[in-house]
Amino acid sequence: MVAVKETVEQVKEIEVDQYKYGFVTDIEMDMAPKGLNEEIIGFISAKKNEPEWMLEWRLDAYRRWLTMTEPNWAKVGYPPIDFQDLYYYAAPKSDKEGPKSLDEVDPELLRTYEKLGIPLQEQAVLAGVQGARIAVDAIFDSVSVVTTFKEELAKEGVIFCPLSEALQDHPDLVRKYLGTVVPISDNYYSALNTAVFSEGSFVYIPPGVRCPMELSTYFRINEAQTGQFERTLIIADKGSYVSYLEGCTAPMRDENQLHAAVVELIALEDAEIKYSTVQNWYPGDAEGKGGIYNFVTKRGDCRGKNSKISWTQVETGSAITWKYPSCILRGDNSIGEFYSIAISNGMQQIDSGTKMIHLGKNTKSRIISKGISAGKSSNTYRGLVSAHRKASNTRNFTQCDSLLIGDKCSAHTIPYIEAKNSSAVFEHEATTSKISDDQLFYCLQRGIGEEEAVALIVNGFCKEVLQQLPMEFAVEAQKLVGISLEGSVG
Amino acid sequence: MLVIENLHAEVEGEPILRGLNLEVGTGEVHAIMGPNGSGKSTLSYILSGKEDYDITQGSITYKGDNLFDMSIDERAAAGIFLAFQYPIEIPGVAAMTFLKTALNAQRITRGEDELTTPAFMKLVKEKTAALNIRPEMLRRSINVGFSGGEKKRFEILQMALLEPSLCILDETDSGLDIDALQLVAEGVNRLRSPERSMIVITHYQRLLNHIIPDRVHVLSAGKVVRSGGKELAMELEKNGYAEYEDQKINAA
Ligand SMILES: Nc1ncnc2c1ncn2[C@@H]1O[C@H](COP(=O)(O)OP(=O)(O)O)[C@@H](O)[C@H]1O
Ligand SMILES: [Mg+2]
Repeated sequence: MVAVKETVEQVKEIEVDQYKYGFVTDIEMDMAPKGLNEEIIGFISAKKNEPEWMLEWRLDAYRRWLTMTEPNWAKVGYPPIDFQDLYYYAAPKSDKEGPKSLDEVDPELLRTYEKLGIPLQEQAVLAGVQGARIAVDAIFDSVSVVTTFKEELAKEGVIFCPLSEALQDHPDLVRKYLGTVVPISDNYYSALNTAVFSEGSFVYIPPGVRCPMELSTYFRINEAQTGQFERTLIIADKGSYVSYLEGCTAPMRDENQLHAAVVELIALEDAEIKYSTVQNWYPGDAEGKGGIYNFVTKRGDCRGKNSKISWTQVETGSAITWKYPSCILRGDNSIGEFYSIAISNGMQQIDSGTKMIHLGKNTKSRIISKGISAGKSSNTYRGLVSAHRKASNTRNFTQCDSLLIGDKCSAHTIPYIEAKNSSAVFEHEATTSKISDDQLFYCLQRGIGEEEAVALIVNGFCKEVLQQLPMEFAVEAQKLVGISLEGSVG
Repeated sequence: MLVIENLHAEVEGEPILRGLNLEVGTGEVHAIMGPNGSGKSTLSYILSGKEDYDITQGSITYKGDNLFDMSIDERAAAGIFLAFQYPIEIPGVAAMTFLKTALNAQRITRGEDELTTPAFMKLVKEKTAALNIRPEMLRRSINVGFSGGEKKRFEILQMALLEPSLCILDETDSGLDIDALQLVAEGVNRLRSPERSMIVITHYQRLLNHIIPDRVHVLSAGKVVRSGGKELAMELEKNGYAEYEDQKINAA
């Protein structure tokens, strides 16, 4: 396996820390002052030249947020966050006017993306592996830098652009759908996001269109003490299909950085959305210093009949992850899926899982969760499967497998089941295992080194989920599995 | 190739090997026979470096070097190969992936170039055909759902591909019917060469009808109690291990 080999090489190249993306780009920034108040929100809204209703919506969210308290039910612990000590808006200065093409983008920024391995240059993508064409929207701190393949997508009627641009060009579409899946006061972090989000991606697939390429967003937090609050909205109209990829990185820093995103997916009748994430935010150092707090609300609404939403996530980064990509199965016969690999090492804490809310008849859901804990980390799967009393013939299958490496880490599985309709068939299977000494010995006896052996075995353990990822991401994800477990054995 | 002197090993204070001596010259095939529990598998694990055992006395020299200075994967790269009595399952890892990862890992440890995918595929094709292994089998997870015969053939395939200098076969004949046994024995015989030594561990004589050994040793209660030519195997087949079981009781 090429990926496993490369993993070992990459691990060797990393000198100071295992975090491969830990570099800071030196670009002049345009920032709002520290702190959070109505003026800052007004500043962000004005920067984005937003319509009045948008500002009102933000302020409404802010006022509700002030009355809310941070959730404390998750199995994670961290010192209180001082929300006044953060920057809520940061934009690379050279991008003030917004670049129209790659030539206008700060070359330093392009180099950053190059280091991240993003196929930002369309030529590079075209020259790449056959079929490896991906449209990319790259988001740097608060600002979207460039969206590739825009014109080609436009031919199909697909809209893929920064949310701020969609607000200018397609305000009615945005207004119709934004906030309809995750309401303002859904939770503490989503309310905060609504108040201050500064960028995100917008996708609209018209009826009957199968999106001709994978759409992708890369998020990167660069500026110190900056929160990233991006907001993604994807609408698949009747009978359409889209596959969307999200990747994230951040530089190494001593202080913790907050990331509180909201993602809303809407699938209308017969439509399908496949949403994949490879999350590799900086996890902090071995002592638990620094790293990203990843407090994210992701929710999909299978609004139409026979619609389908599928979440696939590979979570390897962040100091703390608090994340439950969910499906509301509203339309009859709709299908929700959740495939997850969550790897925690060092001092990382993960509390992640999904919610499958069965509202429609004959709705089906499937949950495959693979949790891998190493080091002194804590890894919790938390899931809810529920059936409304009017939802007849619903089905769910849940499989939660935990793998422990070493004896200082922990894994927890917390499934909640609420079937209010007696015809519901919900199945739950869970296993916990350790990497066996026999498996390791077998690999070592064949000459495979310890790090590579662990990566190989763990990739095998995760195979069912890795298979769900689009090809390019699967290779990247396999490498990440190895990198994130570096130093976990021996 | 291999010199074992006065080897004593124990697990949690319980002695298993008690003064084992064995010398295997380059190009020689040695059979080790003995009753169950006499320490045959233990010897194979100690040679390949499994960490469950405490070596309390003795030495092992491999190609002139102290074997105990080498890690498990270093020993593998230096040519020690163990065909397992009970091959291990690794779910989700395709057998083909495993072969390529192992081969290239050894090549890198030895300072050689990695094989390209086409070169590797060509090599695998050659080796599988001879062992009657279908390519589909290599797409399945390592040893998961393999029949007894498939597991043993996969072990021999790995051996053929990795081209070790010292092959240790631990009861490769167990659980095989006569056809499978023949196939495996042919695979092993093809690998016999003046540069390659083999230690063939078996409980029964029948394997040694197919793989003719240069020397036969009887292991009992953790040491070699008798050595001889291939005719010793025949004698054991006739008389059984009864007299050696007695020695075990005396030793214990
Ligand atoms: N890891 C171990 N822990 C405890 N006892 C062991 C272990 N390995 C081997 N033994 C014991 O050592 C003796 C020899 O075992 P083994 O080498 O498997 O014998 P053989 O392969 O000749 O049948 C047996 O009594 C066995 O129970
Ligand atoms: Mg044995």
